[in-house]
Amino acid sequence: MGSKNTMPFLISLFAISAAILLPGGCAGNCSRQDSDRDFTIDLPEDQSEDMERVKQIFYSLPSPLETALILKSSGAVFNEDLLNPVENVSRYMTNKSMAVNLGVYTTDLSYASLFDQPQISIDYMNAAKRLADNLGIIDAVDSETLERLEANINDREVIMDIVSETFMNSSSFLQESNREPVAAMMLTGGWIEGLYLALHQVDEDDIEQSRMVRIILDKKLSLEIVMLLLRQNSHNDDVASLMDEVRRIEDIYSKIEITRSPIEVDRDRDDGVTVLRSTTDARLDREVFRELKSTVTEIRTSFVS
Amino acid sequence: MIRRFPVFLFFAAILLTNLSPEAQGQCKAFARRICKGDLERYMHDGNYHAAILTEGEEAELYKTFYVDQEYRIAICGDDGLPDIEFRVMDIQRNILYDNSENEFGGTWDFRLESSQQLMIWVRVPSVNPGREPASGCVAILFGLSTR
Repeated sequence: MGSKNTMPFLISLFAISAAILLPGGCAGNCSRQDSDRDFTIDLPEDQSEDMERVKQIFYSLPSPLETALILKSSGAVFNEDLLNPVENVSRYMTNKSMAVNLGVYTTDLSYASLFDQPQISIDYMNAAKRLADNLGIIDAVDSETLERLEANINDREVIMDIVSETFMNSSSFLQESNREPVAAMMLTGGWIEGLYLALHQVDEDDIEQSRMVRIILDKKLSLEIVMLLLRQNSHNDDVASLMDEVRRIEDIYSKIEITRSPIEVDRDRDDGVTVLRSTTDARLDREVFRELKSTVTEIRTSFVS
Repeated sequence: MIRRFPVFLFFAAILLTNLSPEAQGQCKAFARRICKGDLERYMHDGNYHAAILTEGEEAELYKTFYVDQEYRIAICGDDGLPDIEFRVMDIQRNILYDNSENEFGGTWDFRLESSQQLMIWVRVPSVNPGREPASGCVAILFGLSTR
């Protein structure tokens, strides 16, 4: 092999290596170009040098556990009627329905676990296991995990740890096996379930006073990340169709104006925990709330039925 | 030679595709074994963000952090890597925390008075110019306080 022929080969091999070895990420500027249209994070004007060095960009959505924790700290109560019944699990045969409902079930599982519902937690862990198995996710929930869950059914800390581990196993397996579109659909399913649960915790006559409304408004922030994550995977037809559905939610959120004051950092605290101080100004009209609730319920019903 | 070239590339691509999950699998084991321990009393949220980075390379992560929640960010890198630099910035890229001002500590604990979209910037610094740069796994994990 002469050097004249070797160079193009090596360059091409390097290019292919870079593309393959960066699963889920975006080397350099591709994510930024994709995101310019909607993402609100300001980028410095001249970043060409920096962008060369940025090997991976992650978009992180609230995990099901975080969603459940936020619901609880905002005054949610447990309502089993809001969960997607585990009997539905046998209905999900397509990649999209399995992925989205794995996110839905994992969020329901986290919600039930955090509200000390042991038997329901076991049932939802089994439903999640079945979907994970059907999606070919190896060892997301093994028999040892189920035994550990049953042996510690009254220990919330252990249960939460198992839920966290299960979610990490699923998302990391999908990432490692270059199945980011499935991971994106799973995360989006969980995000919509969290919004659905929050919307159904609000008394419509008490919108002004409800702490849950603040969380619903704040979901506008993570919605931007949902859209970026979906756009990153929109070459997949299932993701593209899911994106169309999420756009309907985005359209409603665009009617809500939220302003935030600059962040002040308070780091000199005895407990070592820095406080990021800022205020938010936002209002959710009853009409917009109704529209959001009905649209999210309709989309979520289409997922689970 | 030129006619056989695409076939060769095809097999090279298959080889690399098969290697990639192995390297990523090591990253997951590293994140679980080492990084998760750094969360200590904070509950891991279950999200997994890890990549293989080489000296001089950076990664960015965008996430919404919620009002009244207390978080721990834990960043850790393979033993063979130098101390990992990380910064937390707001949406205008104002720096809220820089671990280079805190002896390159791998964790930062904070809570918020209103929900915010933040960016976490991570870099593996180049410490030995002229030598082959080291590569290794870098993981970013989030812990939640359940107190």
